[in-house]
Amino acid sequence: MYSVRLWSVRHARGMEWLYDAMNMPLLKLLRGLSGVFGKRLDRPVTAIERIAKGFFFDCQMCGNCVLSSTGMSCPMNCPKTIRNGPCGGVREDGMCEVKPDMRCVWHAAWDGAGRMRKGGDAIRNIQFAVDQRGRGTSSWLRFARDE
Amino acid sequence: MNEVFDFDEYGANPGDPLPMRPGHVSHGRFERVLRAGHFVITTETAPPDSSNPDEVLQRASIFDGYVDAINATDGSGANCHMSSLGVCALLTRVGYSPIIQISCRDRNRIAMQGDVLGAAALGVCSVLCLSGDDVSVGDHPDAKPVFDLDSISLLQTIRTLRDDSRFLSGRPLDEGPRVFLGATINPFAPPVDNRADQLAKKVAAGAQFVQTQYCFDVAMARDFMARGRDLGLTERCFVLMGVGVLASAKTARWLRAAIPGVHIPDEIIRRLEQAEKPRQEGRAIAVELMQQLAEIEGISGIHLMAYKQEQFVPEIVTRSGMLGGRKPWTLKRAEEPLQATIDHQFQVAQG
Repeated sequence: MYSVRLWSVRHARGMEWLYDAMNMPLLKLLRGLSGVFGKRLDRPVTAIERIAKGFFFDCQMCGNCVLSSTGMSCPMNCPKTIRNGPCGGVREDGMCEVKPDMRCVWHAAWDGAGRMRKGGDAIRNIQFAVDQRGRGTSSWLRFARDE
Repeated sequence: MNEVFDFDEYGANPGDPLPMRPGHVSHGRFERVLRAGHFVITTETAPPDSSNPDEVLQRASIFDGYVDAINATDGSGANCHMSSLGVCALLTRVGYSPIIQISCRDRNRIAMQGDVLGAAALGVCSVLCLSGDDVSVGDHPDAKPVFDLDSISLLQTIRTLRDDSRFLSGRPLDEGPRVFLGATINPFAPPVDNRADQLAKKVAAGAQFVQTQYCFDVAMARDFMARGRDLGLTERCFVLMGVGVLASAKTARWLRAAIPGVHIPDEIIRRLEQAEKPRQEGRAIAVELMQQLAEIEGISGIHLMAYKQEQFVPEIVTRSGMLGGRKPWTLKRAEEPLQATIDHQFQVAQG
């Protein structure tokens, strides 16, 4: 949801804290479950990830999640899906050139990164283009399985 | 070669690659002029809506002897025209130094890597990587936007082709493309404070030169360059500031409203409104901007974009005095010695 997405960026610091706190237990849990259930885990976990990240970030399930490096603003909501933005077309009011009613996700990302503890520097890292094979799959499981 | 031909050595024909100098990555004249420390002028040509090569050459001939490189736009504004690659190939044939623009909008990584190899084989020595305008603003809004890579990923990709001699897949190349890598930057659009950081990312991804969006605000350019210098970027990357030529206050207003990311201060619009001859005033503004920008430390040249006013590029460049006494490579001057070589070879063959 757009308004929740903006809220998440405004609270990027809290979101980062939550992410950090949940990261290890979640990965451990998924690693354990993955060992037991194997590929049968994919559908339920993907569905949960889609709902949770969809609600907070308008997640597009690119399968290559970099949220914590982009100020908690999902770059896949950019109409050009730019992973290292913004482009040169940001409007004077910070809105997107393609969708004038949407705040530029990269304008938001630099803002969110400024509020974060570690993410503030992570946004300076270059993110390579999405591996299209990951579309629609769970990033959590990918991290858990070290794929 | 004598001194006059310092930058325009040539082989059997004007389109042949120049011998590569130490510390250079390309065989091109554009990189040479920059690395030699000259203040450079580049401009852009709009590819025709035509398959006629004469239109391309005629459009380029307007700039002959006044610019160091010519950008060939790639479906600018998401409108369909002759391809940038086609235009560049025609230009290198006669000896011009084109910069191929590659937009991420229309091609995926397979097509773009192939195009870069093709361009290099056709004598193109400089590449400008862009994201590109979205299809929704162009004449084919029904098209599929590709955006498989973004401009920074594209820079990395071409650098991999060139420096590692391999495709993204890892498959080795027999010979990598010897190209000088460029990117765009818009210091005048939000988030203004982070634009130098964005430039830092582009430089880290392989950008060796950047051309900016239209600059109508010298103070903003000064701030941006100060940040760039603080980050040490101007030592690693040549910055060419974009200068536009406005035809009237109406055009300026339209440009500001219709093209997101173009920042034109009210003061400029007022000047155009109050001028008796707005078109002349627009050129005078361009000349002044060039002179003021050239004073800023770290700016290596001007990218003059005179859309639909290309015929005034020679006048603007001359009046700005940016070239000093330097005369960029010209087709006219190259043709004479070429003719002499041909005549000589003919005589030798005749015995």
